[in-house]
Amino acid sequence: MKVGNYIVLITFFVLMIYASLGFPNRGDANARMHQEKSLAGSINAPSYYIHYAERDDHTPNMVTVILADYRSYDTLGEETVILTAGLICFLLLRKKRTANDQK
Amino acid sequence: MFDFFLGHYAYWFMFALMTLGLWGMIFKKNLVKKLIGMTIFQVSIIIFYIATSSKWGATVPVLDPAIGATDTSKYINPLPHTLMLTAIVVGVATIGVAFALVISIYKRYRTLDESILSEKLKKEDDTE
Amino acid sequence: MIRNEDNPIVGLVSRIVSPFIMLFALYIIFHGHYSPGGGFQGGTMLAASLLLIRLAMGSEIAQLQFKRSWGTPLGSIGVLIYFATGFTAMLMGGTFLNYEFLSLSEIASHTRSIGVLLVEIGVGLAVMGILVAIYDDLLEGDPDV
Repeated sequence: MKVGNYIVLITFFVLMIYASLGFPNRGDANARMHQEKSLAGSINAPSYYIHYAERDDHTPNMVTVILADYRSYDTLGEETVILTAGLICFLLLRKKRTANDQK
Repeated sequence: MFDFFLGHYAYWFMFALMTLGLWGMIFKKNLVKKLIGMTIFQVSIIIFYIATSSKWGATVPVLDPAIGATDTSKYINPLPHTLMLTAIVVGVATIGVAFALVISIYKRYRTLDESILSEKLKKEDDTE
Repeated sequence: MIRNEDNPIVGLVSRIVSPFIMLFALYIIFHGHYSPGGGFQGGTMLAASLLLIRLAMGSEIAQLQFKRSWGTPLGSIGVLIYFATGFTAMLMGGTFLNYEFLSLSEIASHTRSIGVLLVEIGVGLAVMGILVAIYDDLLEGDPDV
């Protein structure tokens, strides 16, 4: 049992190292994800955000613009997740009223 | 070869961190320690995303009028930052839910040890 | 074990530091358009300033500042502000969350900027309320009481 667990761990680490061999160098500005055009020839999403965030929203901070305007559906979903987590904590842990409390 | 090493050693440290988190999740018997392992795993993935967005010689993704918006290689990639920004806060909230579940388990079974817990569960099944 | 409430230095320092953290958090939320920052970061720092008082002075004294029952409603109000901003834009002829139709300003990009600010305030309120509520719920669920 223990040996099997160690095999799982080592396999995981070796597989991740093997996958990392195909990565571009860290900080390489010519990497695929940083390029101006995507593989299909259209403009890459990060380049679009960098070019037009100021024009669209009159806001220099691109992260804010992406968070609240370009991807606002995503942020609404995340907020709903946070609210649901808070409600679950409340429902799981509140003090339950018993019959003795009401007397 | 040396360039390859310089460009990749940070990823390997992150994978070591990831394996550490997985080790905590698999080998530790206490549920709270499992949660600590899960948090380490999650944080290593967040660090990994942030690391992939870096470009040498670039600045933060806040528009600088002196640089302008035409050259994308002057700003680091803003997209992973946005995604991880929400992931961090959602991670905190989900850890809160996990602790609520752990507290509920402790209230009912008075233990957090995995093996004792499974024995008690088995006993409960037999009596029913 | 030393009870936290009995230590005057920790209490005094956290009482002095907490308003400044709150002020800085508000700065982060409202200056998030021009420097790194925004609703998520500012909301987390607001929650941190409230939790600092809760940790240092004890949960009972901290009720004077922020009541236990306020967290979840405040979170719901934050999500409602977010949703209402998007829905108002829809009612005024646009699509959901298209701030351009809020018609708060002459120029379209300025309107969107104000819409982003409204959304960030909603996010900050929701994050603050929910994080404090989770802490309070975890305390209330203490199995040994």
